[in-house]
Amino acid sequence: MTAPFDLTDDSVVVIIGTGAGGGVLANELAQKGVSVVALEAGGRYLPEDYVNDEWESFGQLAWVDARTTSGDWRVAKDFSGLPAWIVKAVGGTTTHWAGASLRFQPHEWKAKTTYGDVQGANLLDWPIDADEMDPWYTLAEDKLGVTRTGDRPGLPGSNNYLVFEKGAKALGYEEVHTGRMAINSDENRDRTMCQQTGFCFQGCKWGAKWSAAYTDIPEGEATGNLEVRDHAHVARILHDDTGKVTGVEYFDKEGTLQTQMARVVCVAGNSFESPRILLNSASEMYPDGMANSSGQVGRNYMRHMTGSVYAVFDKPVKMWRGTTMAGIIQDESKHDPERGFVGGYELETLSLGLPFMAAFLDPGAWGREFTSALDAYENMAGMWIVGEDMPQETNRVTINHDVKDQWGLPVVNVHFDDHPNDIAMRNHAYQQGQAVYDAVGATRTFPTPPYPSTHNLGTNRMSEDPRDGVVNKWGQTHDIANLFVSDGSQFTTGASENPTLTIVALAIRQADHLASEMAKGTI
Amino acid sequence: MEPKQSPKGLTRRELLSRATAASATFVVGSGFLAATDAAWAAELNALQPETFATLVQMARDIYPHDQIGDEFYVIAVKGYDTAEAAPGIEVGIAALNAAAQGKGHTSYLGTGWERDRVDILRGMEDGAFFQQIRGGLVTGLYNQKAVWPLFGYEGASFELGGYIERGFNDINWL
Repeated sequence: MTAPFDLTDDSVVVIIGTGAGGGVLANELAQKGVSVVALEAGGRYLPEDYVNDEWESFGQLAWVDARTTSGDWRVAKDFSGLPAWIVKAVGGTTTHWAGASLRFQPHEWKAKTTYGDVQGANLLDWPIDADEMDPWYTLAEDKLGVTRTGDRPGLPGSNNYLVFEKGAKALGYEEVHTGRMAINSDENRDRTMCQQTGFCFQGCKWGAKWSAAYTDIPEGEATGNLEVRDHAHVARILHDDTGKVTGVEYFDKEGTLQTQMARVVCVAGNSFESPRILLNSASEMYPDGMANSSGQVGRNYMRHMTGSVYAVFDKPVKMWRGTTMAGIIQDESKHDPERGFVGGYELETLSLGLPFMAAFLDPGAWGREFTSALDAYENMAGMWIVGEDMPQETNRVTINHDVKDQWGLPVVNVHFDDHPNDIAMRNHAYQQGQAVYDAVGATRTFPTPPYPSTHNLGTNRMSEDPRDGVVNKWGQTHDIANLFVSDGSQFTTGASENPTLTIVALAIRQADHLASEMAKGTI
Repeated sequence: MEPKQSPKGLTRRELLSRATAASATFVVGSGFLAATDAAWAAELNALQPETFATLVQMARDIYPHDQIGDEFYVIAVKGYDTAEAAPGIEVGIAALNAAAQGKGHTSYLGTGWERDRVDILRGMEDGAFFQQIRGGLVTGLYNQKAVWPLFGYEGASFELGGYIERGFNDINWL
């Protein structure tokens, strides 16, 4: 039973965003008896609504509201209005994600200590560590049903994986498998078993992949403690004379500005929208934006060092058949400065359909060098690179007052320059990825540039010292006790792993803390 | 190497005859490609026939796929044949022809070798007109469902039960 809460009810926790952070937090709090209003800018789509068609699905799910870009990253040239490929819908980008669910390695919680001073990087240790996160990771893995954790078997290997695995083994890589995936690998779970359909990025029509849209959200609503309002776009957060937040203003379905009162506000709108809301909430008391006494809101934007390697063979692969991300090589995710960079990277198989391959293989390219690659589409295999990028203060999300969205709110500009460490790591990864395919007889390989970002991190980072970041170890803002950040924007550093599992683990942990503090009356 | 084309390049009649022949196995949404020669001109709403034929050749030169018939390129650029878009296209194609003449050819369509036409295009690839046409083709050409099988791409599989029993791991040459 969905709980309807009154706009003037100031006992509720308001959560902005319903993805891996907000969606999980909403359910976890609701399960503990806390009243929650979750505001979601997008609409509600379920597996029966998802479409096995790349562009049509993009039109259905992607966040395409205006944004601007700057910096030397190629995305600013190729996709200047689309810095990120993320979802605007109930469940957020858990609809789109591939399902890779990896824990941070212990040293990655302590990047500054482990890597030392890296020129130009704004490295910092997280105020938490692997031991503290271990039980939360276990809860997250159980919630998501992650393969190769607990008693859950791995998924079977697809054609794309089998090519990748053979090349990896030929190179001597040892940590090669079909991944730890939040995709059901057997019949005995509450979600359908993976049917190897492909189109994981377009929303799993079987519901085999975990998404908050059809797990945590309805579970939370069933408690009677959670109300999800879709098409609710938050404009700003309100506060009283003491500086405490009191509620949020949002545009509802009809475009009418509404005010929802709140006891606590949790921001979980992704690394662009979360700092945007804080900065757009500037007031006389908070002239630089909310929770921004450190000046760190919007800074240290990270997107993971990414890129792809595609390869053509003399025989068919049909990489689109089966799970989109079907396997991983983890040997390069270690920290080994001998390679010429700090931190590490994962190699993960990836496939795109023909329409997206045409758009992303080499954006802007034309002529026979390009089209002959697409002619061999059926014989193509592919992998994605995901590695730790360096936080930099100047890589940041700022408010662009010259451009307004459909509600008249100024949009974000996303500025990103690659750090030399990112470039060195990407070049190493291209070389290794191409070597993997060459070892299986590739006739041609393609070091493909990064797509619009899917892993958007930092911008409200977690820090021990309030001067270094925006939130403390609980995701609570240093400046305002009843204002929290609950998404990937609180990441201190990015590690080399896909971030969703960590976002979920932090949300479960935050819910536990928040419910307990509320019960004690300290918040 | 490709066969030399007639000095006039791909004529409307040639284009139509090839399109009509191919359309026997190709389901066309509009009546455009199935139209008779006379109807072809009538089917063009705003663009001059020669302009349209040049645009189709330009589209093929940007994304050349020899196994793909002209009908796919025709569909990919037919959206510019509107009162709103046509003036800009006429200007762009006129500039293309002028560039061809600047290199000693009679026109873009009269430029027999693909490498010479590509050379002309390279000279204007940073311009708005080229980028408009190229950008539009990325979806206009490759997002036609009928073109996918020509690349081996199978499209949606959910309705068929996915590939779990239909070859997700059927690779046999490793």
